[in-house]
This record gives sequence, C-alpha cells and structure tokens, in this order.
Amino acid sequence: MNKVIKTEITAPAVIKMTLEAKDIATHCNPGQFVIVRVDKCGERVPFTICDYDEKAGEITLLIQVVGDTTRKIAELKEGDYVEDLVGPLGNPTELDEYDRVLLVGGGIGCAVIYPQAKKRMREGRACDIIIGAKTKELLFAKDEFAKFSRNFYITTDDGSEGEKGFVTTKLEALINAGERIDCVFVVGPMIMMKNVCDITAKYNIPTVVSMNCLMLDGTGMCGCCRLTVDGQTKYACVDGPEFDGHKIDFAEAMNRLGFYKKREAECRMLKR
Amino acid sequence: MANMGKRNMPRMQDAKERINNFDEVCLGFDDATMVEEANRCLGCANAPCKAGCPVGINIPEFIACLKVGDKDGASKVIEKSNKLPAVCGRVCPQERQCEKRCVRNKAGGAVAIGQLERCVGEYNLTRPDSSPAHPKADAKKVAVIGSGPAGLSCAADCVSAGCAVTIFEAFHKAGGVLTYGIPQFRLPKEIVDKEIERLINAGCEIKLNAVVGKSITFEELKSDYDAIFISSGAGLPQFLNVEGENLNGVMSANEFLTRVNLMKAYLKESDTPIYCGKNVVVVGAGNVAMDAARTARRLGAEVTIVYRRSREEIPARAEEVDHAEEEGIRFNLLSNPVSMHGDEDGMVESIRCIRMSLGEPDASGRRRPVAIQGSEYDLPTDQVIIALGTSPNPLIRHTFTKLKFTPKGTIEADENMFTGEEGVYAGGDAVTGAATVISAMGAGRVAAASILKYLAEKK
Repeated sequence: MNKVIKTEITAPAVIKMTLEAKDIATHCNPGQFVIVRVDKCGERVPFTICDYDEKAGEITLLIQVVGDTTRKIAELKEGDYVEDLVGPLGNPTELDEYDRVLLVGGGIGCAVIYPQAKKRMREGRACDIIIGAKTKELLFAKDEFAKFSRNFYITTDDGSEGEKGFVTTKLEALINAGERIDCVFVVGPMIMMKNVCDITAKYNIPTVVSMNCLMLDGTGMCGCCRLTVDGQTKYACVDGPEFDGHKIDFAEAMNRLGFYKKREAECRMLKR
Repeated sequence: MANMGKRNMPRMQDAKERINNFDEVCLGFDDATMVEEANRCLGCANAPCKAGCPVGINIPEFIACLKVGDKDGASKVIEKSNKLPAVCGRVCPQERQCEKRCVRNKAGGAVAIGQLERCVGEYNLTRPDSSPAHPKADAKKVAVIGSGPAGLSCAADCVSAGCAVTIFEAFHKAGGVLTYGIPQFRLPKEIVDKEIERLINAGCEIKLNAVVGKSITFEELKSDYDAIFISSGAGLPQFLNVEGENLNGVMSANEFLTRVNLMKAYLKESDTPIYCGKNVVVVGAGNVAMDAARTARRLGAEVTIVYRRSREEIPARAEEVDHAEEEGIRFNLLSNPVSMHGDEDGMVESIRCIRMSLGEPDASGRRRPVAIQGSEYDLPTDQVIIALGTSPNPLIRHTFTKLKFTPKGTIEADENMFTGEEGVYAGGDAVTGAATVISAMGAGRVAAASILKYLAEKK
C-alpha cells in the first residue's frame, strides 16, 4: 500500500499525483516506469516516473484518464492509498553520449522527457525542448520546461499558445535552420513518435523513443509488451522502454496497443 | 495381507459440468478409499518408489500410516521431505516418478501415491496453525528471491532452523507459478494461500512488489543478509519466430494464464481485460499448454492443440492430457506452425501448419520431428496461445552480474546450489530452465541445507 501525498489537476482529465514510495524514489532514474494496481480488483497499469524526490521518498506520476482504471486512480484523494506500486521498472534513458539533445514531448509523453530535461539541466548540459499539445490547456509543465531548457519551443494544434502546428513542423524548421541536433529523444502518442522518426531518418539524426506498450507484469514474464525492433522481437518492459526509433515497426506497435480498447466489449464479456 | 485389487480412481467433476466452471476437477479420495488404496501398497523393503521421488519422501512409511487411517503419522513422515504435500499431490508428474517404479504396475496398476499424498496434504490444511513465531534478534538473515516452489521450500527450511527469512516477490501476490501459472481447477488458490499463510505464521517475512535489481539492488541484499537464495524462476516466454506472430490475438500462455489466474480476469469484479477467442489454437503440449487450453475451454472456446511430435512424446502429465481430451480439446499431433495470418485489422484469422513425421532420435532421446514437404494446411482461428517454454530473463543477467551463467543463460550452480559467490545460492527454474514444481522444491531444500551449513560454519 502506498499513500497518495498530493494530487493536482494539470489539464482537463490529466492528474499529477505524488505517491509515497521510498524504495522506488531511492532507486529510480529518468526513463523508468512503475506499475500501479489501484485496488484489490484493479488491473496492473504502467506509468512513467515523471519526477522523484529521493530525500522525501516520493515519486510523481502523470495520469491521463482514458478508461475505468485511470479514472479510479485519478479519483484518489490525498491520504488515500493505492493497493500496489512496483518499480522502478525498465531501463533508464541513456543519452549521455550526446552533447546537443533535442527533447520532444507530446501530450502525456512530456512526463517522460521531464526527468531527463531536469537531469541534463542540473548537469549543465541543458537540452533544447519542444513540447506540443492539441491546445493550450493540455500543455504540461511549460514553466518548468522553460527553466530546464537551452531553447524552448511550444506548438499547439490550434495555435492557442506558441506556434500553430505540430511538433514535427517545428522540428523540421529547426533542422532546416541549421540547428545542431546530435540526438532527438521523442515521447508522445505512437503516431507522433513515428512522424518524428520519419523526419529524423531523412536527416540521419539518431532518435530515441519510449514505447508505451500494453503491459501486464512489467518484468519480462508475459510478452504482452513485445514489439518488433530491427526485425527482432523485443520486450518493452525489460529490453526497453526506449529503443532506436528508426528500427521500430510502428504500424505493428500501434495495432497491438489498440487491441483491448478496440475489443472492449468482448474482452470484458464476463463482467457485464 | 495387501489388497490385490485394482487401483482406485479419485472422484472427479464430470467433464460436461466442469467446462463451465473453474472449480477443481479432481476431488480426491474419501477416507475409506484412501485406506483401501493405501492397503494396496506392498511396503517393499527396497522402496523403488522412494528412489523415483525427487525429494525422497519415505513413501512406504507414510502409506503404512494411512493403512490404519493415521493421517497425522503420515503427515509427520512427509513433512521430513516435503513441506507442500497438498500442492505436490496435485501437480507432480507421479506417473514418471514414484508411481512409475511401483511394483504394482504389473498387478492392478501403480499405487495412487499422488492421491494418497494429497489426502495428507488436505489433512495438514485443516490442522490449526501453530502460534505465530518470531525469529530471535540475533538470528541469521536469509534473503530469498522469488516466492515460487523453490523459494517457499527453501524459506520453510531456513525458518524451521531459526533463521530470519525475507522473501522478495516481484508480483503483488506470493506463490510464483503456483499463483500466476497453474489454474484454479488444477490447484485451488486457497491451498496456495494457506501454505503461504503458514509460512508467514512460522515467522517468514514476504515483501511483495519488490523487484531485486530494481527496487533493491543485489549489493544492498548482500550487505543486509547473511545468505541469499535466488529462485526467480524461468524467464521470457518463448515464441516461434514465425511470420505473423505479433498479430493481435496471438499471445503467450504466460500472459493468458496470468490474466486469468493472478488477475482473476474471468471474474466480474476484476478490472483486468481478457480476450478469449471462439476458435483457439494452443501451440505446444506441456503442462502449461494443457492449462491454457483447458482455461480457454472454460471461457467458452473450441480448442485445438498443435504439437509437432506424437501422443507418446507429449511432455504434460498424463492426467492433464486425459482431462483435456475428456473436455473436448482436439489434438493436432505431428503438426508444426509455420506462419500466422491476419485480417485487415491486424487480427489473427488463421494459422498455417505443416505435417511432421518422426525421424531418428535426437539429443533428447525423442524421435526428431521432420517436416513433410508440401503438407501445409490452414486452421482458421481467432486466438493463438503459444506455450513453448521460456528463455532466460535479461533482468536476471543484469542484476546478478557477478554470477556465472550457462550458455543457455541460466544461472550456474553446483549440486549444493552454490553459485561460487560467497553466501549466494540459486535453484529452481532459474538454474534448470523450465521444469517441474517438485524439482524446484527439491532444489530449494538442497539450497536450504547448504545455506544452514554455510551459516553454521561462518560463525
């Protein structure tokens, strides 16, 4: 059982939640994730660790309400408990070899680039950062990102803040303007990661993505999160979650991600 | 004078009934049948059965107690070698172990040793627990990684010897394969829970949601504990590496069974989704394959098992194969999948198999299956469950960097389960690759003996 320390609504249907988790906070690194089981009947759901405080023994997650389980988690109040919390799982982000890194975050994916942005800023190697969202209200932690970055750009689909358009538009503009980019680390919806990879592939810019696959155990036991990387089957939980974005079969990964959602009625056939 | 009659059969839930529920299939002997069956044992002085038991239970001695209905006496005999008789009586492949060597095979059938062991196990579960024990403050500390059969049996012996034992379990529930793998209808979870409860009452601590190498490092464990036993189980599920395997509707047996057994996805109150097709193909014929097939059957599917060898080579327990057949599961033997095909939605709709024939024996001593050219055929399906065993989990290699690994990727340990690293022992599937519950329990007990010896000498 882990106590909810703080919750904050950061955007419509998006909750930032801080949880007591000493063992996780003292062992985690940017890029790793946890699995939450909200109550005794809950399913196991993965969330990236957005922020962590080693001294306080707390971790912060960003939760977007997309279904029953995420709604249940989002409804928890300060002082409530989650039934189970396990982590840190997966491998930490590895970008140390690159000098000039461009972080690209889309929607909830900003939670994954956040700890990396913070870490690099503290190391004196601040990144350039692009964050994008559909509209202004959905932008996550823009003030913090502004502080963590060397150059900071915002895009919104509707132009309500920053530049109107997608993160890909901005990315390509930066490349064309001759900005030096040694590596792109992009996290967001799979389609966005794919589009970014398509652009960076044209310019031969190494690109790392973080794959938000469906998961069950998160420790390499079930194979639910498998995906094809460079023609080989990999497990997002133990081989990833980060991979060379140019080698991922995104069409397959997107199809697998939608499996239960598409068949919601059938897959809960025994529950109605 | 021994009963020279035929082997008694345990009570069973009828096949037509049981495919509609998850209740236990085998209902065991009643007391009268137990005594009758026990009296079929000739009490051979050389006890060939005992030599067939991976943990060396003194079988004639415990059966002798049952001949007069003395379950308590039988329990004390078994307890010397096996802490989990209620589990082993149900899941051991007795026909290949103790019962295979029984002299009664030639006269009415082997004594039903497994069923008799189960009777004793049931009796144990009804006994009141001893009052909670606490290890002494100066007790030696033992860390056990993984709460499956190997971990539980090692922990039980170390606790009995007065050690302060902590088990680290990555899942939110203890029991390892007994909890996430073996279905309710074969091993009721209440039994597993009860055994674990007894261990906790005896003074063992279990830390759930604890992933060694992630939430606690191996180095931290080494500095906090006097000895460590690694029983983290087998690893990643193996796939066939054929075209179409990552289509939707194709999954590992581990995933399917974990959703059902651990997450209870078939119950109304569970939030975990489960997909079960109408026409399920299970690839493989081990115990896990039978479990997956029979689970899918209970969720309403027509099920076909595809296996590349013949009936004779099927690795599952004979009883499970019989039960599967009774439940209407089809067996496409001497068939091997070559590819899977999907619809425009990326959902599996057929599996292409090729017929096999058996050639010369291979390294395993079994006749090698050889593909018959041009014999491919398609099976329509809406779900394929792969049950081909496991390959080593990279998490283990990354965590225990100082240990030696075999070319297969399993942890190297000697016959005493010693890894070569001071105070560190390993056993069960993490060492052998996927094997049986009883062999893992045997390894756990050997490791416990080694650990206790090491701790005594260390003083």
